[in-house]
Amino acid sequence: MKSLEELLAIKQKAQAQIAARDADGKDGTRVVVGMATCGIAAGARPVLKALTEEIAKRDIKHVSVTQTGCIGMCQYEPIIEVFEPGKEKVTYVKMTAEKAVKVVTEHLVNGNPVIEYTVGAVTE
Amino acid sequence: MRELSLNILDIAQNSIAAGASLTEIVVAENTREKTLLIGIYDNGKGMTEEQVRNVQDPFFTTRTTRKVGMGIPLFKMAAEQTGGSFTITSEVGVGTRVEARFKTDSIDFTPLGDMSSTITTIVCMNEDKDFIYIRSVDDEKFEFSSAEIKAILDGVPLSEPSVMSWVEGYITEHTEQLFKN
Ligand SMILES: Nc1ncnc2c1ncn2[C@@H]1O[C@H](COP(=O)(O)OP(=O)(O)O)[C@@H](O)[C@H]1O
Ligand SMILES: [Mg+2]
Repeated sequence: MKSLEELLAIKQKAQAQIAARDADGKDGTRVVVGMATCGIAAGARPVLKALTEEIAKRDIKHVSVTQTGCIGMCQYEPIIEVFEPGKEKVTYVKMTAEKAVKVVTEHLVNGNPVIEYTVGAVTE
Repeated sequence: MRELSLNILDIAQNSIAAGASLTEIVVAENTREKTLLIGIYDNGKGMTEEQVRNVQDPFFTTRTTRKVGMGIPLFKMAAEQTGGSFTITSEVGVGTRVEARFKTDSIDFTPLGDMSSTITTIVCMNEDKDFIYIRSVDDEKFEFSSAEIKAILDGVPLSEPSVMSWVEGYITEHTEQLFKN
């Protein structure tokens, strides 16, 4: 069974990563997930989980995941917003866990936003 | 909502929004009596008696009065439709206590669902707040405290993806243990 000792090891590894991150001074990318009633009902929780698991699995540095309240477009929930330093915000709508994984691999790893999932493409 | 754990995630957001520094979440299952108690207790800013009445009624909302959401009415309905009950008590400046009781053998009982994911989301996305999660099945009990985890992490954020995965696994394994005893 998972123990608190195991967490100590995870902490040490994370500390090293954070130190490396701080050392190269690069600003991180922020991924924000809408977690109001509408977002939760539409499936925001598995989207958040898929994001963090994929980021952990690929050991991606410089990316943080946070939550926010109602983004104001309930019919397009679950919504995630990606803020990359020096770039325009990308808003993804009607997300699923599978789509979230693709956003991690295509956008966060390869630097190519997944246009078909963006609010612009979906509302056209 | 498809799972009660999603209602819990939603109701806990109210506590966070109310500025609670400590929120306690209780999920107590009684397999003999076939009941489930869900409690969300916070020390946030609280509500007046009138606010408490209003938030329970989804039809109260009109465009001319203040905006009232659906979160509480949805949770209340989920409990009452099983033949259970729902209470919310609050005191301004002290905090709010939300309690929902379910009859688990009702055909209208919504499954609890993925509590590990709900608690992980709440705890790891709200680093500056503390949470206690108490999960019990009859006489078996598991208690998870965010403060204890933070003490071990020593400044490493709870939102680190590797930490989040660990928290979720830890809660899942300890919950499964409750059913083995
Ligand atoms: N724990 C709480 N502490 C203080 N105020 C609360 C709490 N829970 C609910 N409220 C008040 O009741 C309102 C309605 O809650 P809810 O039904 O969840 O809808 P919403 O969160 O979308 O507004 C909240 O906006 C808030 O003003
Ligand atoms: Mg709410």
